Amino acid sequence: MKKLDPKYIPLFATAIVMLALYAGGCLAYPNFGSLRVFINLLGDNAFIGVAAMGATFVIISGGIDLSVGSAIAFTSILIAQLLGHHWPPAGAFALTLLIGLAYGTVQGALIHLFALPAFLVTLGGMFFLRGLSFVLSPESLAIKHPFYLQTVRTMAIPITQRPFVTFPLTAQCFVVVTIIAAIIAGYTRFGRNIYAIGSSESSAILMGVPVGQTKIGIYALAGFFSALSGCVATFYMQSGNPASFVGLELDAIASVAIGGTLLTGGVGFVPGTAMGVIILGLIQTLITFQGNLNSWWTRIAAGVLLLLFITLQKVVGSKRH
Amino acid sequence: MFWPLLALALLLLFDYLFTPGFFRLELRGGNLYGSRIDVLNQGARVMLVSLGMTLVIATGGVDLSVGTVMALAGTVAARLLVVDGYGFIAAVSGALGIALLAGAWNGVLVAYFNIQPIIATLILMVAGRGVAQLVSDGQIINFNDASMVFLGNGHFFRLPFTLTIVLFVFVGMWALTRQTAVGLFIEAVGDNPVASRYAGVNARLVTFLAYLLTGLCSGLAGLVASSNIKSADANHIGLYLELDAILAVVVGGTALTGGRFYLVNSLVGALLIQTLTTTMYARNISADIAPMPKALVIIAVCLLQSEKARRYLNQRFTRHQSAALPAITPSRAQP
Amino acid sequence: MDKAPLLEIRGLEKSFPGVQALQGVDFTVGRGEIHALMGENGAGKSTLIKVLTGVYNRDGGESRFEGRSIRPRSPREAEEAGISTVYQEVNLIPHLSVAENICLGRQTTRLGFVRWHAIRKRAEKALHRLDLTLDTSRQLSSCSVAIQQMVALARALDTSAKLLILDEPTSSLDEREVAELFKVMRKLRGEGMSIVFVTHFLGQVYQVCDRITVLRSGKHVGEYATAQLPRMELIARMIGKDVTEIEKMSRSRDRQPAPLSAQPFLQVTNYGRKGSVCPMDLAVRPGEVVALAGLLGSGRTETAKLIFGADQADSGEIDIEGRPVTIRSPRDALRYRIAFTTEDRKVDGIIPNLSVRENIVLALQASRGPWARMRRPEQNALAGRFIKALDIKTPGPEQPIKNLSGGNQQKVLLGRWLATEPKLFILDEPTRGIDVGAKAEIEKLIDALRKQGMAILFISSELEEVVRASQRVVVLRDGQKIGELTGDEISEQTIMRTIAAPTTDSEAVHPAQL
Repeated sequence: MKKLDPKYIPLFATAIVMLALYAGGCLAYPNFGSLRVFINLLGDNAFIGVAAMGATFVIISGGIDLSVGSAIAFTSILIAQLLGHHWPPAGAFALTLLIGLAYGTVQGALIHLFALPAFLVTLGGMFFLRGLSFVLSPESLAIKHPFYLQTVRTMAIPITQRPFVTFPLTAQCFVVVTIIAAIIAGYTRFGRNIYAIGSSESSAILMGVPVGQTKIGIYALAGFFSALSGCVATFYMQSGNPASFVGLELDAIASVAIGGTLLTGGVGFVPGTAMGVIILGLIQTLITFQGNLNSWWTRIAAGVLLLLFITLQKVVGSKRH
Repeated sequence: MFWPLLALALLLLFDYLFTPGFFRLELRGGNLYGSRIDVLNQGARVMLVSLGMTLVIATGGVDLSVGTVMALAGTVAARLLVVDGYGFIAAVSGALGIALLAGAWNGVLVAYFNIQPIIATLILMVAGRGVAQLVSDGQIINFNDASMVFLGNGHFFRLPFTLTIVLFVFVGMWALTRQTAVGLFIEAVGDNPVASRYAGVNARLVTFLAYLLTGLCSGLAGLVASSNIKSADANHIGLYLELDAILAVVVGGTALTGGRFYLVNSLVGALLIQTLTTTMYARNISADIAPMPKALVIIAVCLLQSEKARRYLNQRFTRHQSAALPAITPSRAQP
Repeated sequence: MDKAPLLEIRGLEKSFPGVQALQGVDFTVGRGEIHALMGENGAGKSTLIKVLTGVYNRDGGESRFEGRSIRPRSPREAEEAGISTVYQEVNLIPHLSVAENICLGRQTTRLGFVRWHAIRKRAEKALHRLDLTLDTSRQLSSCSVAIQQMVALARALDTSAKLLILDEPTSSLDEREVAELFKVMRKLRGEGMSIVFVTHFLGQVYQVCDRITVLRSGKHVGEYATAQLPRMELIARMIGKDVTEIEKMSRSRDRQPAPLSAQPFLQVTNYGRKGSVCPMDLAVRPGEVVALAGLLGSGRTETAKLIFGADQADSGEIDIEGRPVTIRSPRDALRYRIAFTTEDRKVDGIIPNLSVRENIVLALQASRGPWARMRRPEQNALAGRFIKALDIKTPGPEQPIKNLSGGNQQKVLLGRWLATEPKLFILDEPTRGIDVGAKAEIEKLIDALRKQGMAILFISSELEEVVRASQRVVVLRDGQKIGELTGDEISEQTIMRTIAAPTTDSEAVHPAQL
């Protein structure tokens, strides 16, 4: 009697695509299946993963956040500047995360209190933060703080000795944030309210869900995750760059959609988003392994995958009725 | 119409008083030069794109891919001219062809597959630049074909030739929307899509057409933009232009929720935006930073147009007048 | 009742721009009683309820609940005070599970984390009070409307409510489901709960209610014990006429059906769509008004949309003037000279920001295509003609239609379609929510159009109106045609009886479950 709930179909498709890509890579390239490649995949895409978690909440609520890429670039350059001015790393991270939270709150407030379209507000946020990044520094800044040169490396957890493979700090962040996001989504009233608003805002109001509070909270959370993603990105890049991460919002949105979250809101899966991030990472790795393909193919592949999964959602959605 | 003109006048007054040299006009080689002429010339691409964007926004959608389509058109034209050795006509046709294709792609996704406009056009916005990179093979392509250079740098009746292009497109657009029923249908579909469909309007075709035309406008703008600098750079042509175009349309009074649209006002809006940009450049604010104040302007303009914001202001105002007025939750006060 | 009443409202005031929705309304509900709130459309029932539950803020008046003065500012505050509501349209979250819908916003938590096991238990308990066992992990949207209604009720019970408001809960339920609901209501009353019951169906009031409060155009008319208020009296109070007048009104009049030999303009055979309309036959002849009657959710609107091509049929044939055709979109329908005014003017009728002229011109222009634009003088003439002919009250043809009153908006929409010179006019609730004068005018217009030889398919929830306007009545239930009445058979009683008649095939599957 228990048939597969149609809302899980895209999620299963995601898992299958992920496994197929991985298996395909392993078959095509001898080193693809190595543990190191897989760990690198997690580590290199960790910052996208963190940002995508924020985007997941926004999209489940039926909104959109286009400011992700700029926010990461802004945070990275802010951290580089703060550390350059001899701030302690902990202080720099704390201030950065606080700013992320604050700017997210402002976006949420504009969207909720003044009923401005989310895309417009976050498009504004995208350009604002991009401009602000260039105000902080017109050029890329290398981070030479000892925390980055040594501590980040020593915080990696060794997995195997021969070959020597470690689980880097970035990947740890990805895993931890995914777990936290999953708990928020599945086990807090705030998280459940996000689903309710995305599915039917008018019903949510009548059912006594604090819609305003929740909506502003969602964007605040997304801002926080973007800032956190910026921190993680600096671990990986060892620098801050005002011109970086252009178009990253598509990667984030694509990961979310590939992970089975409905772009119209109401249905969404945090683990799905993590899989979506891994799928995009796999594609990038495949393109690297292939060797002679232009890196711009990654962008195109992200677009195509996003389109495919939206179409899948449409098909599943229309079958249900 | 009044507000954008007033804003433009105020900005020009500011420049007249505080930005040295902004109002200097020179006659060089029989043609006019100066900041104001720059505004017109540089503004051409914003004007072109915002003409198309007006229609898309009027249908209740938005096109985030305009900048990318510009880059696509620019690189395709440059590639055809330089790498493949075709003539001017072929290059321009190729560029506009790809722009139409891009517009059609967006149109099909939005109108026939019912994908939200933001997402549908976001796909092209990001993936399209990848395609443009492929077209140019990651290189910046320089060209010196006389006709191609003339597009963005030539003069016609002492004024930049780009203005002729804008005028031509505007007249075409106006005729297409206001001399046929397309304009009425666009406004109807944007205002209430379901009711329009029930009234027999081919909502899908109308929406498709809006995206198609925006593609064409962006293509033209891309040609002008690459001609301006005699080279095609897939990464930079039309970067951030979607914001300028949306801003121009919204300043011009076309609501983001769709419905009534005003082509002339969008042109005024585009001039306002370009004057803002040129003013910033003239005051040594770098092109990279410029989007920041513009983002603030667009949010401010939208706040002014937002009914909720107005109601808050009104309430504040009336509450001062008569404190006895009961509080009504604004969003729900519907019978 | 010797004890103080549970809820006592005095002099409630509420107005919206242009409308005084409630004027000094009193409303009292005793403990452990089922209290009917009655009134015609626009009487102020739903406004009263929305003020009571904190959806709207009141402009004036006093309300006491359990002796304490209350003024909820949100549904949540009302719930906390002990007032829960089940709305007409199910207001739940379709994508969430049954259990979560019952507990949303007040989930059991430990250290801030939701305890799913406890929530399922709670949900099962609440459903159990309604004698319902159900897999609470099911997604709500996979349940039938009746079940969803019960889930909404369970949600209300979960709050330990003292007052339960049921706003038209029966309009989409069949007889058996209604009986089930009444059983539950009586059980809850037995447990000491008070229930406010809003309904259109008089019979139901007499079956289950102890007391009745009647509202009319935002004013309190009176409060009565059900046993002491005969049905005719109740109707008289609701519509503000005396009993003899009503009897005069309901007297049948000339209703000659169009001769059967005349070729139908529209003939559908076995026409249906999975999940909304069971395959049915239907014919409409020129010069004839055929009414579709049935309860809300019986498939009236769905049938109309199918014929108009707004939804697509997946079985059966359709013939126009004897020739088989396909209608897959409103544009196809327009081509065959079919017109359709929809039930919800605001949602799918008017183009709010466009002018009266543009709204009138739209369908005719659409039928001519985008390239053959009507010149402005032609548009002005057309708009002017219909403003005059239909007596549309507007400052001018360039007025945005959203500024007009409901009745005048409806006339503009009628004008929009009359401009296309239709041969079949489908009117879905053309008189809903408009004032009495405009109602009469529209009824008169329908009759005039019929006499000119137009074929008309007429939908209305008000049986009285159906009886007055139609030559033939097709009765629907659960998306199925269950009967057809002609000539003298047409009366409110026969229609009601047809709707209520037991199904011949009692195992018939509800189309919504397909």
